[in-house]
Amino acid sequence: MPGSTDTPGRSFLSDPAPRPGAEAQATAGAVEAVWRIESARLIAALSRQTGDLGLAEEIAQDALVKALETWPEAGVPRDPFAWLLTTARNAGIDRIRRERRLREKHAAVGAELERSLGVGEPEPEAEAGPLDPEGVGDDLLGLIFTACHPALTVDSRVALTLRVLGGLSTEEIARAFLVSAPTAAQRISRAKRSLADAGVRFEVPDETEMGERLGSVLGVIYLTFNEGYAATAGPGWTRPELCDEALRLGRILSGLIPDEPEVTGLLALMELQASRLGARTGPDGEPVLLDQQDRSAWDRLLIRRGLAGTDRAVRTSRPGPYALQAAIAACHARAARFEETDWAGIVRLYDRLLVERPSPVVALNRAIALSRAEGAEAGLAALERCAADGRLDGYHPFPAARGDMLASLGRNEEARAEFSRAAELATNEAERQILRSRAAGCD
Amino acid sequence: MRCMVMVKATPETEAGQMPTEAELTAMGDFNEELTRAGVMIDGEGLHPSTKGVRVNYTGSGPEVVDGPFTEARELVAGYWIWEVKSMDEAVEWARRIPFEPGGTGSSPAVEIRPVFTDEDFGEELTPELREQEARIRAEVERRS
Repeated sequence: MPGSTDTPGRSFLSDPAPRPGAEAQATAGAVEAVWRIESARLIAALSRQTGDLGLAEEIAQDALVKALETWPEAGVPRDPFAWLLTTARNAGIDRIRRERRLREKHAAVGAELERSLGVGEPEPEAEAGPLDPEGVGDDLLGLIFTACHPALTVDSRVALTLRVLGGLSTEEIARAFLVSAPTAAQRISRAKRSLADAGVRFEVPDETEMGERLGSVLGVIYLTFNEGYAATAGPGWTRPELCDEALRLGRILSGLIPDEPEVTGLLALMELQASRLGARTGPDGEPVLLDQQDRSAWDRLLIRRGLAGTDRAVRTSRPGPYALQAAIAACHARAARFEETDWAGIVRLYDRLLVERPSPVVALNRAIALSRAEGAEAGLAALERCAADGRLDGYHPFPAARGDMLASLGRNEEARAEFSRAAELATNEAERQILRSRAAGCD
Repeated sequence: MRCMVMVKATPETEAGQMPTEAELTAMGDFNEELTRAGVMIDGEGLHPSTKGVRVNYTGSGPEVVDGPFTEARELVAGYWIWEVKSMDEAVEWARRIPFEPGGTGSSPAVEIRPVFTDEDFGEELTPELREQEARIRAEVERRS
């Protein structure tokens, strides 16, 4: 760990010596930047030591407050991570002592936590030194798995993950999900309470649990991405900053577990989809669909990374759902023009995806691809089959797809009715508008 | 935001001097940390300018000049592409690059520049230009 390998002495604790060559003062932006870099492994290390993610997050915040108070004057310390870790532990000890005074009956618990933070040891700072890289990786993984624990509601998992891994403030999370700051704060504190109530241990799950727990982590990251990619609510069609956070989480996870094909697959899928973000929105913020997109605005660097990731992810005997979805996204990325899309290949990939993860939404997407590969008649027939069980009722992409196919067959009256129905069902304002204008265009 | 971190050439890099094993290890660790933080998008080292070519666009047409080029400080020895939230974050990462202070010549240096996005071009990039760019890029992709 460059930057933390060289930590001679601990004098910065009482007298934070700015790093050599650093200007004496640090801007708020610099403090924020250090926080973004260090907060996840700080909370991870504290969580391991205390076994309590909630407490770890709070004392890490205490340390951030302290940094915001002292760094602007004194400069960023030589080893910001060690400074934050020691400051947070001291804050933790203060909290525990305060609580012990208030609630004598919990003294035993407090003493144990206090011991875990290193009180009474001859040199409490000694442990604040650089952690071995393997340990840091395990701590971070533990943090990811704990924040995405199935004992939490999905909303809470997302909020807590963005908070402890993304280093986002409550206000940023609130803005990202278009909820009020108190609501976001409530989600986070409820999440921490649920972890405590369920007695969730801070650890990386063992092999028997790994599959399910990893599924939850991947689900949280992809949900965050999708909320940014196709916002379900609000005026905007996309919220790229959420996509950026999800991509960063995906890259962190893929750095920690590089050999898990589904992790690689999810990152590749997100990179390929994100490569189109710039082209998905028109000048006035309106959605631009795949066939209309200006493909020169696609991000070639993300495409290159996404294609390479897809190749790695599908190079296994039985690719999982994220790898297959990445492979589908890769078919679009490879087509220089919409007309060159390999629709037959996409249909085959959807067939495999339906085996791995049967869902009416996947069946709907397969029907759309089939209509491109074999014509609208085939697509409509496939749509009828996947709508038969009624699970797509109320899902606006279904009537929108039907409208599309009917319109291409010249069945304008029916198409108009489908688009109108889709507009009624859609919750995103930008999407409603495009559907209304498509209904109006059916003449 | 995306930024390019250009590593400036030094007399040592221009002389084709390879990094020591300790330097390579330190840089490998740093790159791993960048990757684990989700910041690293791309990065390569470049051969010295002896192997490079410069093309000047003059009034009488393109003029090709073989390397080496003399002004080491103006040359690039390598680059990273980082995805960060702000220039402050990029600067904070740059502070952690494990460069050893220079010996005989100038010290190592990097220059951090935000990458243009389509929005930055605004009206300049017309649909026709975009389409042309798309064709070129698709062609490059196909050949790679």
